[in-house]
Amino acid sequence: MEIIETLINGLSSGGTYAMIALGYTMVYGIAKMLNFAHGDIIMVGGYMLYVTMITAGNPMLGLIAAVIFCVLLGITVEKIAYKPLRGASPLAVLITAIGVSYLLQSTAQMIFGTAPKMVIIADMGNFEVGALKIPYYTIVTLVCSFVIMIALTMFVKTTKIGRAMVAVSEDRGAAQLMGINVNGIIMITFAIGSALAAFAGFFMLMKAPSLSNTLGAMPGIKAFTAAVIGGIGSIPGAMCGGILLGVVEAISFKIPVIAPYTDAIEFMILILILLVRPTGIMGKVRREKV
Amino acid sequence: MALLEVKDLQVYYGVIQALKGISFEVNEGEIVTLIGANGAGKTTTMQSIIGLIPSSHGTVMFDGQDITKVPCHKIVHAGLTQVPEGRRIFQELTVYENLLMGGFSQKDQTLLKKDIENIYERFPRLAERKNQIAGTLSGGEQQMLAIGRAMMSRPKLLLLDEPSMGLSPLLVDQVFEIIKQLRDDGTTILLVEQNAGKSLAISDRAYVLELGEIVLSGTGAELAASDEVKKAYLGG
Ligand SMILES: Nc1ncnc2c1ncn2[C@@H]1O[C@H](COP(=O)(O)OP(=O)(O)OP(=O)(O)O)[C@@H](O)[C@H]1O
Ligand SMILES: [Mg+2]
Repeated sequence: MEIIETLINGLSSGGTYAMIALGYTMVYGIAKMLNFAHGDIIMVGGYMLYVTMITAGNPMLGLIAAVIFCVLLGITVEKIAYKPLRGASPLAVLITAIGVSYLLQSTAQMIFGTAPKMVIIADMGNFEVGALKIPYYTIVTLVCSFVIMIALTMFVKTTKIGRAMVAVSEDRGAAQLMGINVNGIIMITFAIGSALAAFAGFFMLMKAPSLSNTLGAMPGIKAFTAAVIGGIGSIPGAMCGGILLGVVEAISFKIPVIAPYTDAIEFMILILILLVRPTGIMGKVRREKV
Repeated sequence: MALLEVKDLQVYYGVIQALKGISFEVNEGEIVTLIGANGAGKTTTMQSIIGLIPSSHGTVMFDGQDITKVPCHKIVHAGLTQVPEGRRIFQELTVYENLLMGGFSQKDQTLLKKDIENIYERFPRLAERKNQIAGTLSGGEQQMLAIGRAMMSRPKLLLLDEPSMGLSPLLVDQVFEIIKQLRDDGTTILLVEQNAGKSLAISDRAYVLELGEIVLSGTGAELAASDEVKKAYLGG
């Protein structure tokens, strides 16, 4: 029973990591940049949820508000901070992203202070069958994140905008020759990534209700690791990497001897996988054909 | 008035001037060729016309509109497109999806379907392989796909950058045959080629580009007969 519980737990937090990892990987694949401020979008979504819940008292309304606010924030950050740097050196873009990250964290601290806020979304109790006992939030997270992942995959595979995203990530110039507005596609990518971050923040607070301005920092780094493990730029890769990381984490937590080293183990997996496959599990080894 | 009018176009890469003020025009219904050695600035000219590389000076008029500073995707919507050097098809998408991308600006689904059918008719090989991942096509098939994909936007003017590059002699002939057909079906063509003999043979007019400058121009036949061209580009 404990094995099943651990596994479901792992899949559930893996789903959350995957949500965040997707934002990193899509922005990397399409805008060709590492958006190190991505984790902080989660945090902003958390505060939006908090504010809505103390004013309107409804977590669903809070989730909607968080998603909308994060989407607008993601688009704005891209337009103001990243778009003017298109074509600039990757280092300049990276430093800007780190600057945006500090800006978001400091702004949150100025508004909400340093003391963590409690965001109790709902006490849903446990799902119990025989000896099996799983908190409902775990199941909700698991189901929602998998539904979102399937929906995103369908969107990319079957819609015109989705295919345009694949085209832009493969060859920006050729995509423009198709009549695709690359700036528009990049904007949509940031919007989707930020919406997913808002969902991830909701799932995280459902599990652990303490909200501070560094809420997104560690999950951001973990999810980035997951994206690299899966192959940065690859959507199924980010999903696999996220789920793998979540499961490993859950198992590691359950074994007392190694539990304190969980973070180290996760980063070690990253190093091991990159040693064997430098492009990550599903990363492309691009063949050039002349 | 010409369909495409390039006036005093200048392009820099950093401090290096790749185009030193070139002027030429393409009239409706023509095949016009730019020939020139490696590094002459042919690709730069094509990329600059279509808005993928900014120019520092000069104007590009297309169909009566100034498109000098217009972003690439809008130029494509206006009826000008390009088969880029090296084909650059979307390797991860299927043949069919590549064609769909080519028809990105076509809103009418029935017309889109019809256009794809037309491409399949023109290139039966693509029809046989419509669900194949494009990256696994042979070089010749990729070139057909690149041309077909560009035709999906129903261009008035098609820019072709070295379409015969890397193809076997038989396929080269086939590509030139296709170019002639496209023109006969109503698409004006601006062609860039190193294969001067074959391209001059199908061209109405041509220009010779050397180190970022146009040094010669004339009808295809005139240039093919000129001593300078014979010496430099036709191997004797
Ligand atoms: N991105 C770039 N940065 C710097 N210089 C460039 C760049 N692209 C082209 N050049 C230079 O500009 C000049 C013209 O290049 P271009 O690619 O237009 O030549 P081309 O005539 O198409 O040659 P080829 O027949 O080999 O394709 C060359 O000297 C080239 O080195
Ligand atoms: Mg070239």
